[in-house]
Amino acid sequence: MTVQIQPQEEAVGFDFSNYARNQFLGQHMNGLPKATSTGTTIVGLKFGGGDSGEEEGVCLGADTRATAGDIVADKNCEKIHYLTPMIRCCGAGTAADTEFVTNLISSNLELHALSQGRPVRVVTAMTMLKQYLFRYQGHVGAHLVLGGVDSTGSHLFTIHAHGSTDKLPYVTMGSGSLAAMAVFESAYKPYLKREEAVALVARAIRAGIFNDLGSGSNVDVSIITKAGCETLRNYEMPNERGVKSRNYKFRRGTTAWVKENIRSLIVKEDVKITSGAGKEQPGIEPHPVPVGAGPGGEEGMDVDS
Amino acid sequence: MEYNGGSVVAMIGKDCVAIASDLRLGQQSVGVAMNFDKVFPVNDKLYYGLPGLATDVYTLREQLRFRVNMYRMKEEREITPKTFTHLVSSTLYEKRFGPYFIEPVVAGLPSPTELDPHPKPFISTMDTIGCITTPKDFAVAGTASNKLFGVAEGLWEPDLEPEDLFETISQTLLNAVDRDALSGWGAIVHVITHDKVITRQLRARMD
Repeated sequence: MTVQIQPQEEAVGFDFSNYARNQFLGQHMNGLPKATSTGTTIVGLKFGGGDSGEEEGVCLGADTRATAGDIVADKNCEKIHYLTPMIRCCGAGTAADTEFVTNLISSNLELHALSQGRPVRVVTAMTMLKQYLFRYQGHVGAHLVLGGVDSTGSHLFTIHAHGSTDKLPYVTMGSGSLAAMAVFESAYKPYLKREEAVALVARAIRAGIFNDLGSGSNVDVSIITKAGCETLRNYEMPNERGVKSRNYKFRRGTTAWVKENIRSLIVKEDVKITSGAGKEQPGIEPHPVPVGAGPGGEEGMDVDS
Repeated sequence: MEYNGGSVVAMIGKDCVAIASDLRLGQQSVGVAMNFDKVFPVNDKLYYGLPGLATDVYTLREQLRFRVNMYRMKEEREITPKTFTHLVSSTLYEKRFGPYFIEPVVAGLPSPTELDPHPKPFISTMDTIGCITTPKDFAVAGTASNKLFGVAEGLWEPDLEPEDLFETISQTLLNAVDRDALSGWGAIVHVITHDKVITRQLRARMD
């Protein structure tokens, strides 16, 4: 007789258990709450090679503003995500999605590298990302700029939330993509030197920061060549907050309160050294075991009478 | 979010953090309770606030209590604020397409370790689907978040001592919440320092 063992259904993927409730709630109230999105300017650029006399590589750039509707949720967030030591990925769109997608793919790429025994290629990262995003039909709202260097050279891609990809020498994405692309279209030329590439990327991001409302704060830059990856966090800070000329400290006791509870985290313990446990000692006052202390304490058990 | 109302704010001070919330529970514009605490402890020096839909406050609180207890048993140590933030974040993102209507705020003092003998005070917030932000100054969430952003941006300053931080966070919350119809009805503040946690219920407008 053969025993049929049903394969255990694995709990993977997203949990939709609140979906119907939320649809109902959304209909009966004024809309669902908005998620943090990165109204963003992100760019990428290929440089070097040809007659530049420099090693070829890619340069990625991003602004650092995160928004929730018309509120600036984070003034200095990181949008250049780590995938592998030689591959980075800029994210625009729904902030949580870009964060989790890049984390997931980064883990899978590491496992892939380990199983294959060699560094992964940029096309592999691109394929894994696009297949994941296509599976969710655009509902995972991650718009990405992917760049890196591998055994086949330097590569630059854009990946849209629906899973389509482009391979171009210079790319921009996010709400500030038009401003940034205007800079690239007027100033890009092939075989830029490394310094020129970084300057152009920073200029494109600045165009987004100052001309697009969804982008702002600082410029982050990442440069990847065969020699390695260099990330310049807050490469430019053109929007530093001024120092307050006066302090706004309240006088202590301004706020009226009705109830206070102070929980001390320092546990004090008095230890009395005795010899011959529980025996009456000359010169030492015997103290009774307090009720409720230790095993048998509740019954007021005698110690060694 | 707007169904039950409520707001939470957290701030960083000098070797201390503070987290405060209002105490209102409503049903749209009808006030129901004035003792609805939205801030819960994880361990001695780590607290978190869950403003949003009240049913999800309880669901998420119990879910997190379970997961933190599992962590504590498996790791045989207390969870750090940073790890706890990622735990909350993953818990929220699991429900990416049917989220909990909660915007959590985490505030804690990491304990010194051998690797990091002088850890910095830590606060963070997340949106409803778990996107983390870790500010260096203050974090706000709830129905009065817009007002809290404004007031906190004006009143917060670096390196406040615990008692000064108490005044700043209290005045920030009170004044923001007074301009929000869905928050208020009392407030509670926790100031966490290395040797004690001061919890105070504030005298507030009750309208």
